[in-house]
Amino acid sequence: MLILELYIFVLAGFVGFMVITKVPPLLHTPLMSATNAISGISVVGSMVAAGAKHGNVATILGFIAVVCATTNIVGGFLITDRILKMFRRDDRKTAVAKH
Amino acid sequence: MREYITQGTYLAAAVLFILGLRGLTHPDGARRGMQYAAFGMLAAICGTLINFQILDYRWIAAGLLLGTVIGYPLGMWVPTTALPQRIAISLSFGALAATLVGVSEYYSVFHGGEGTIAASRMAALGFEVLLGSLTVTGALMAFGKLQELLPSHPVTYRGQNLVNFVLFITALGLFTACIVNPANTAAFYGMIAVAAILGVLMVIPIGGADMPVVVALLNSYCGLAAAATGFALGNSILIICGALDGASGFLLSILMSKAMNRSFANVLFGAFGGGPPSDAAASGSALPVHAISVEDAAIQLAYAQRVIIIPGYGMAVAQAQHAVRELAELIEKRGGEVKYAVHPVAGRMPGHMNVLLAEANVPYDRLFDMDEINGEFPQTDVALVIGANDVVNPAARSDPSSPIYGMPILDADRAKHCIVLKRGMAAGFAGIENALFHAPATSMLFGDAKASLVKLVSEVKNA
Repeated sequence: MLILELYIFVLAGFVGFMVITKVPPLLHTPLMSATNAISGISVVGSMVAAGAKHGNVATILGFIAVVCATTNIVGGFLITDRILKMFRRDDRKTAVAKH
Repeated sequence: MREYITQGTYLAAAVLFILGLRGLTHPDGARRGMQYAAFGMLAAICGTLINFQILDYRWIAAGLLLGTVIGYPLGMWVPTTALPQRIAISLSFGALAATLVGVSEYYSVFHGGEGTIAASRMAALGFEVLLGSLTVTGALMAFGKLQELLPSHPVTYRGQNLVNFVLFITALGLFTACIVNPANTAAFYGMIAVAAILGVLMVIPIGGADMPVVVALLNSYCGLAAAATGFALGNSILIICGALDGASGFLLSILMSKAMNRSFANVLFGAFGGGPPSDAAASGSALPVHAISVEDAAIQLAYAQRVIIIPGYGMAVAQAQHAVRELAELIEKRGGEVKYAVHPVAGRMPGHMNVLLAEANVPYDRLFDMDEINGEFPQTDVALVIGANDVVNPAARSDPSSPIYGMPILDADRAKHCIVLKRGMAAGFAGIENALFHAPATSMLFGDAKASLVKLVSEVKNA
């Protein structure tokens, strides 16, 4: 099982490396906010910890983890979209055509 | 059956996340890509809700709700100038989530649970909380520095690296103790505490301008902590996302340190710019400086055919990006061509300047990377430097004794004229005198960047 997980880790890291090398410096900030949003996936582990009834301490810790992860998901995807919306091409030509 | 549905949503999420990141290779498809990724996240959350281990949904619902309430303002209301600290604090949240899941898992095994754990799983758990806790406090320190709640200059003391080294070894020792005897709860909780202290002490000596590297590196740690959570829980989606996140952060921190011509080790242990000003800096202030009036600068800009604007952190501090765009549009209206040259480490996080300019409605095809634009400076009439210093210091090219020697820079000194907007003659972050400011082709326009730009705009209008 551990070996299989190592395969997944190494291959996913490799894919990440290949994809992210192609991200231009122009979009490095949205890249950071995007990976930040994606890292909110730890919510799936947190949800199990918060809902599995392994005692009060485990539940409370899980609850705080759910809050943190959800904050990153919601905030991360919203801010990435907000940033990406700002990037636009030179639309002066189209503006001239409209007038 | 349930298990298959859950795994199906996880697999779909992994594919959608990768597609989302791939979308970021071009600004046009980027929003669509991130919408895929957000959908993948929703699918993974729904897939987890049907998990048979979950017996009580009340805390989960409350957590999701509270997280949304906190996350919404962090996404919608934070100004773009505050993005670096916004990213830093969310790295801290992410790492805290990973750490708490680890502690919760450990707690449920050793306080009322089965009481034993396989060595490999314990190693993953240990790695998770070690890296997680270090990132929580490290990112909080970075947040404090970027938000200027803490002094942004490096804080150093004698034997600093030795103290950090001893703490690091202690943490590793406790980690090993945990693997040898997982029931050693003192070692486990002790390790978390030591790692938290180490996170604080590691970031304290790092100065403001080195923050791009640190934030990227913490991003990478946060990813690795999430991946370790995946190993500890046997959850593939966590491993995949952690690996993606880790790779991204690692790659960015390499790019950033390359752009400063410094090694990781140098950034982390070097405490750059903390020392007293060198002799060169002291004698440098006696060099001639050519100050220019707003009127003269406006005339130069109004009749320039090719202008390259070089934004730096000073532009962000002065919130001058809108005034910059206005000036550029005026020059273009008069027939000049304006481009923007963005250095990889300009600002406090990777790509920060691009976002500020994009927000001010500068079309992204006017923004150029260092390598794309450096060849164009000799044909440029005016290079307009706004609040940038070390990234245009020619000493990086010519003076082997300079601390920034070898760092790739924007060749503003090769333009026919150079106008530098600057508050005063204080040295840059690195504490080094900048020969560009004393060059015969350089004129200094002193004053607040935004105020100067507003004046320039009205002067160019009348020119």
